[in-house]
Amino acid sequence: MSEEIRLGVFLAFGVLSVAAAAVVAFARKIIHSIFALLFAFFGVAGLYALLHADFLAASQVMIYVGGILVLLLFGVMLTQKISSVDLKGPSFQRGPAAAICLVLLGALLFVIYKTPWPIVDRPPIHPTPPAIGTHLMTDFLLPFEVISILLFAVLVAAAMMARSEARR
Amino acid sequence: MIQLQHYLTIAAFLFCLGLYCVLTRRNAVTILMGIELILNSANLNLIAFSRYTTTAISGQVFALFVIIMAAAEAAIALAIVLNLYKRVNSIDVDEVDMMRG
Repeated sequence: MSEEIRLGVFLAFGVLSVAAAAVVAFARKIIHSIFALLFAFFGVAGLYALLHADFLAASQVMIYVGGILVLLLFGVMLTQKISSVDLKGPSFQRGPAAAICLVLLGALLFVIYKTPWPIVDRPPIHPTPPAIGTHLMTDFLLPFEVISILLFAVLVAAAMMARSEARR
Repeated sequence: MIQLQHYLTIAAFLFCLGLYCVLTRRNAVTILMGIELILNSANLNLIAFSRYTTTAISGQVFALFVIIMAAAEAAIALAIVLNLYKRVNSIDVDEVDMMRG
């Protein structure tokens, strides 16, 4: 892929994800926030693909868009009247929050552009799933096992907490 | 030429918008959405580092763990929100102050 096309794709996905995140943060209706979150996740997945992380881009689309977003949508639909307009907008601590976020953004950008990053010029790892699998089974075996226990605990706990309280 | 800094800049914007969402919203589900944005920006950083610096594939493995944690966190948090709605009939985090002394 030529350099100009790469830059164009990068800008498209970057602007898409940041604009969608802005809609998530500022939209007055919660349903607008959720659908904007969909575009933010897709934009970030595109950036992963541009960074040659193909497996993670696919995981992002499957887990975030297919799993977490649907879960959030269920959360909203089960707890709010989705058609009602009077959902509470952000009318709370806006000034201080904006100040904190802007100061933090400035500090982050300062650090990002002032730090001499240890950049190496090497070809991208092309098929990433075998490399990730090898790492999971060698260097990251303990975290891998711990996270499987965590997922099991989460499965049981979520089922326990969300069930109806008929047995009380 | 796209540099590491450009990806980090986008991640910084995502992080700040997510933080703003967490700080200003009172709806528990919307706060969760802000947290997901923050986790996504962290992941973008990890993968950008794994592409451009010496960390190689480890960054991607780490990002994979973050995605798994985010899924677990969303499931538990939504179970808590549903429980909250059943008990106090609201998901406004300001109204949940039963434990205030």
